[in-house]
Amino acid sequence: MSRASQPPRLAVWKFASCDGCQLSLLDCEDQILTVAGAIDIAYFPEARRASVHGHYDISLVEGSVTTQHDAERIQEIRRRSDFLITIGACATSGGIQALRNFTDVKQYTALVYAHPEYISTLETSTPISDHVKVDFELRGCPINKGQLIDVLSAFLIGRRPTTPAESVCVECKLKGNICILVSQAVPCLGPVTHAGCGALCPSYHRGCYGCFGPKETPNVSALSNRLEELGMNKDAIGRLYSTFNVNATPFREEKERHDP
Amino acid sequence: MTRKTIKVDYLARVEGESGLKVTIEEGVVKNAQLNIFEPPRFFEAFMRGRHYTETPDIVARICGICPVAYQMSAVHALENIFGIQLTGQLRALRRLLYCGEWIESHVLHIYMLHAPDFLGYEGAIDMARDHSELVRQGLEMKKIGNDILTLIGGREIHPINVRVGGFYRAPRKSELVSLIEKLKWGRETAIKTVQWAAELDFPDRQRDYIFVSLKHEAEYPFNEGRIISSHGLNISAQDYDAYFSEQHVPYSTALQSRLSQCGSAYLVGPLARYNLNFDQLSLLTKELSHAAGIAGVCRNPYQSILVRALEVVYAFDEALSILADYQQPDYSFVDVTLKSGRGFAATEAPRGLLYHRYELDQAGIILDAQIVPPTSQNQACIEEDLKEFIGGFLDLPEEQLQHRCEQTVRNYDPCISCATHFLKLEIDHV
Repeated sequence: MSRASQPPRLAVWKFASCDGCQLSLLDCEDQILTVAGAIDIAYFPEARRASVHGHYDISLVEGSVTTQHDAERIQEIRRRSDFLITIGACATSGGIQALRNFTDVKQYTALVYAHPEYISTLETSTPISDHVKVDFELRGCPINKGQLIDVLSAFLIGRRPTTPAESVCVECKLKGNICILVSQAVPCLGPVTHAGCGALCPSYHRGCYGCFGPKETPNVSALSNRLEELGMNKDAIGRLYSTFNVNATPFREEKERHDP
Repeated sequence: MTRKTIKVDYLARVEGESGLKVTIEEGVVKNAQLNIFEPPRFFEAFMRGRHYTETPDIVARICGICPVAYQMSAVHALENIFGIQLTGQLRALRRLLYCGEWIESHVLHIYMLHAPDFLGYEGAIDMARDHSELVRQGLEMKKIGNDILTLIGGREIHPINVRVGGFYRAPRKSELVSLIEKLKWGRETAIKTVQWAAELDFPDRQRDYIFVSLKHEAEYPFNEGRIISSHGLNISAQDYDAYFSEQHVPYSTALQSRLSQCGSAYLVGPLARYNLNFDQLSLLTKELSHAAGIAGVCRNPYQSILVRALEVVYAFDEALSILADYQQPDYSFVDVTLKSGRGFAATEAPRGLLYHRYELDQAGIILDAQIVPPTSQNQACIEEDLKEFIGGFLDLPEEQLQHRCEQTVRNYDPCISCATHFLKLEIDHV
C-alpha cells in the first residue's frame, strides 16, 4: 500500500448503469462499517456528499461507456487510480444497453425521445476494459456482495481474489440440485455461464439466464445445438444470449449466429 | 441588478447522475433546473422484439434500488393482456415482496441519504462516527427488507423469482416463518425511527400539491387500485396516457411528466400515498401519525422523511400480517393463455407511481413498450419546490444555501437511473 500510515483511499465511479452494483456495497449491512474502518471511502457520491480529489488506491467502476464525455472521464480515472476494479456486467461487458451495438442508435433515440437532438450518445456501449487497463473484473448482474468483500479484503491483505471462473453447473452440482436441463428439458445457460450467483435460478426451478456472462472457454454452440434439439427456435436461442452480457465475445458470436 | 447562480455539478446521495442550477435575480428565484445527465440506455427501444416472458428480468435492470417495482408493474401490465388477476397466497406473496423493497429502499433513504442533511454530515459513514447506534439500527432494518427480497426473490438486487402468472417457486411456510422474529424487531425499531424523525428540525414550508397515487378500497396501495388525485382525478391505468403527458426538455435525458389538461406538475410517492390513503394504514401507523402531529395530512416535503418512516412501520406491519396467514400455495404460478393486445398497469414503487404499457403480438413478442418512472413524474414538482422555497433561504451563507437546495431535491428520494431511462447543482445569483 502506498501510504503505510493511512488507510487506502477508495473511490466509487458510475458510468451507464442501474446503480445496483454500487448499491451492493451499501447492502453489505454487516460489513460496511468495518470496511469504512479499514478503507477511507473518499469518493462515493451515491452515499456521500464530500468528494476528495487527488489519487485513489482503489477505484471501483460501475457501468459502461456510452458517451464521448465518459470515454474521456475513464482515462482520467485510470490516471488517478493505482488499482482499478470493474464491477458488474455493464462495466465488464457493456451491459444490456450494448444491445444498441447491433442496431442504429439513432432509431433508439427517436423511439424514446421527442427531441433526439438533445441527446448525445455513442453508437456503442462498451466495457471499461475496451478503454483502459483494468486490474480486476468482478462479474455479475448484479455482482455478488460476498465476492465484492472478498476482492476488497484480498486487496487489503495483498492476496489474489478467490472468485472461481468455473461454470454455474459446478455450483449447481455442489448444491445437490437435480439438473433441470437434463431432467426437465428447461433451457438453461448454466453450462456456459460464469459462476458467482450460487446457482440461484436452477435452485428456484428455472433455467440460468446468464447474469455472470460467459465462463472461460465455453462451448456455446454445443449448448445451442442441444437447445435446438429440445425444440427452441432460432430466434429464442438468439435472445437467450442477448441480455446483460450480449457484448461478451462468446455470447455475441452465438447471438449473431442465430440472427434472422 | 444583483444576480446569483447556485450550481451543483454532481448531486450526491441520490441514485444516478444529475446536477442542479438555480438562478436568483433581485432576491427572487427566477429559474430552477434539474439537469439529468445520466446517459440514456433506451430500454423502451430494445424491449421491442423480446418475448413477454423475458420482461420481468429485463426491466428489473432499469433500477438496482427498486427492481421489484419494475417487475411488478411489468407482470401486472402483461397479465392485463391475458386477463389474469392473481388471488390468494400468490397475490399476498407479491405484496410481501413489495414490503421488502419499500423497507430496503425507504430505510436506505431515511438513514443513509436523507438523515445526514438534518444532522449535518456529508454521509451516513461520517454520521456513524458520532451516531453509531443510529446508523447500525438503520443498517439492521434495511437488512431485514433485503432478507424478505432474498427469501422470496432469490436475491436482493434483480430478484430472479418473479414471472408472469406468479413465481417460479413459492416459498415454504417454514422458510417464511424464519422472518417473523426479525420483522417484529424491525417493527419496533421502525416505531423508534418515526419518534426520532418527528423530532427533527423541519423547515416550515408547504405547498398545495396535486397528489397522485393509486387508491384501493381495502388496502394501502402496492399493486392494485385506481389512479386518483387530490384534485378529483379517478381513472384506471388504461387511461393514463389520456391524462398524463411526458415532455422532453433540452437540459435533461429524463422525460418530464405533467397533467395533460392543465399542464400542471404533480407529486407522486410517499407524501401522495399518505395524503390520499391515510384511512387504509394500519391502526398502529395511524396512532403513530397522530403522535407525530401529521395525522392524515402532510404538505411539507421536508417531512417526507417522517412519512417514509411511517410507511416503513406499515410495511413491517403488513408483512407480519401476510406471514400470519401464509400457507404455501399448491401451485407457484397460474397458466397463461397467449393473446395479442395491449396491457396497462401502475404500481406503487417506493418513490411513487410507476406506469407500464405493453403491446404484444399473437406469438407473445413485444411490439411496443412504454415506462413512466416516478422520478420523471416528480421532476417538474422538484423544480417548482426550488422556485417556491429557496427564496426564503437566501439569507443563509452560500454553503448552507447550496446544502438546502440539495436537501430540497433529496426530499423526493429521486432515482435518476430510473428517470433516464437524473442531478448536478447550479445556483445562479444574477
